Amino acid sequence: MSTTAPGAKSANLSTPTPAKREITTKPRFSDKVFRGVATAGGLSSLLLLGLIFVFLAFQGFQVLRSEGLGFITGSNWDVVQDNFGNTDLEASSFGIAAMLIGTVICATIAVIIAVPISVLCALYLTFYAPGFIKRIMVALIDLMAAFPSILFGMWGYFVLMPHAEYWAKLIHKYFEWIPIFKMDVNIFERSPFVAGVVLSTMIIPIVTSISREIFSQTPLDRVQAAYALGATRWAMIKAVVIPYGRSGVVGGAMLGLGRAMGETVAVYTVLNLVYQINWQVLIGAGGNVASMILLKFGEAGPTEIKALMAAGLALFILTLIVNSIANVIVTKTGGKGR
Amino acid sequence: MNNSEAQGPLDKGNEKMETTTPSSLSSVAANAAAKKKPGSGALGVGLEARGIHAWFGDKMVLKDISLDFWSGTVTALIGPSGCGKSTFIRTLNRMHEFIPGAAMAGDVLLNGKDIYESGTDVTKIRLKVGMVFQKPNPFPSMTIADNVLAGLKLAQLKVQNKDDLLEECLVRAGLWSEVKDRLSAYGGSLSGGQQQRLCIARSLAVRPEILLMDEPCSALDPGSTLKIEETISELSSSMTIIIVTHNMQQAARVSDYTGFFLSDGGPGELVEVGPTSEIFSKPKDVRTENYVTGRFG
Repeated sequence: MSTTAPGAKSANLSTPTPAKREITTKPRFSDKVFRGVATAGGLSSLLLLGLIFVFLAFQGFQVLRSEGLGFITGSNWDVVQDNFGNTDLEASSFGIAAMLIGTVICATIAVIIAVPISVLCALYLTFYAPGFIKRIMVALIDLMAAFPSILFGMWGYFVLMPHAEYWAKLIHKYFEWIPIFKMDVNIFERSPFVAGVVLSTMIIPIVTSISREIFSQTPLDRVQAAYALGATRWAMIKAVVIPYGRSGVVGGAMLGLGRAMGETVAVYTVLNLVYQINWQVLIGAGGNVASMILLKFGEAGPTEIKALMAAGLALFILTLIVNSIANVIVTKTGGKGR
Repeated sequence: MNNSEAQGPLDKGNEKMETTTPSSLSSVAANAAAKKKPGSGALGVGLEARGIHAWFGDKMVLKDISLDFWSGTVTALIGPSGCGKSTFIRTLNRMHEFIPGAAMAGDVLLNGKDIYESGTDVTKIRLKVGMVFQKPNPFPSMTIADNVLAGLKLAQLKVQNKDDLLEECLVRAGLWSEVKDRLSAYGGSLSGGQQQRLCIARSLAVRPEILLMDEPCSALDPGSTLKIEETISELSSSMTIIIVTHNMQQAARVSDYTGFFLSDGGPGELVEVGPTSEIFSKPKDVRTENYVTGRFG
């Protein structure tokens, strides 16, 4: 039988299972061109990142080899020069442990302060604010997200710092029993806490923007389902909006954390850099890799500059690690509420 | 919610069921025309819409709709797309006002009390007048059991035995046998028809007196539609149901009364309302006849 009626069973029942066919398409020329352009765009950002990494690694290699693991575990930064004015790499010591830990502490404080404020702000804008207030505030907050950080630094230094110091004293008074709020020295000025408060004002706009965007995308049918069951607005937000937006808020917080860790100028103005690991966040002694690079760069000799490059590399890797962790958290928390 | 309150509508419904059995249907039908006129129904029982107008922005979409809904009956609202049926039922539990620019005029009396009166607690109204939407919308972050009981949590109601309520609601929605072994699975794991019955079970858990259904079967396959229609017949013994549907056979199958809405490009109006059998066999208005016989729409 050469033809088979449609729907009829194949005559030969012992036909072996065919091999899977390879499915290919031949893209049109225009599609190829666009694909090339898009790929070039995508790869160039990766290339840029790779080039920065290679440059920092190459520049910092000498110092990293001489210091070894001590570069990220030690906290001394002593530049020893020989009689000819050259830096003696063997005798000098470069360690940025205090700076790395300080960076993480400041950024964490900033996120802890900023996230609740941002989430409340986003909820207000999405569900409570009347139209015109909402429009004005959204425009202002987006503008704030693009503000030069030196302005935050100056405002933080002249306006916010005295208040932050007062809050620090209050925290110290009532929560001294928590180890990180202890004070071995009574200096409240320019502490990691103050830097964290200033940093938090910088990242509130970003986290608010992202949270608001996510909250406003909450599926309307779920919102209505909650209301139709007699939910108050707050009950609806708790049952529908928060589960839906959780992963987005975490993502926004991590973006804020990233910005807080990389922030240079604003921290430089309000943080007292000390080359010693300090966990007591209210004491005016902290660390910050980016600010340290800024501080040392102007007067550094060739070798110290290489050490600063190595510090930059460490910050680069730290940021990558934090972002990866953030990605994992976002994927983990993402699935359920969607 | 205390127990006596919860039983209230149920008891009333059971009495009503007796009056709507086939033998006595004709007497109900005889009274229907008179009772449907605004202000002439039994005052203080069930849901009465008086002169409802609705706007979106400046556009009037509903004009002077007056309809009474008897306790324990199923009323179907039919009509072509865009004639305001959905808008109308959304005014009945104050869901209309969520749409920006939406406005309304007229009164909606629930057991004789205007639900739009200032100072009314809207959440309490929505507890008494439940709603099932066109698209199944279970909460995806909650399990099947949590979905059914979501209303208790959302409205901060207390019940003595949650398991009993859970089973009762799922049984009434015709879903119990299919999900009783996987109550802790997520709501999104069910099929579309099951999700819709889950949404019905969810509405039942807060013990509404009235259930509004906005095209509950339009996104479902015929098998699921049949199941939901069975559910509606079950429920009609204990509550008032108002269902918007595009499916005239469905209206004929499930409802005691049918209202026909029509818009001639302007605001939607109620052309005719009456016992379902009359609307489909000998409608008074020629436009109704044209629609139910399939000449347009």
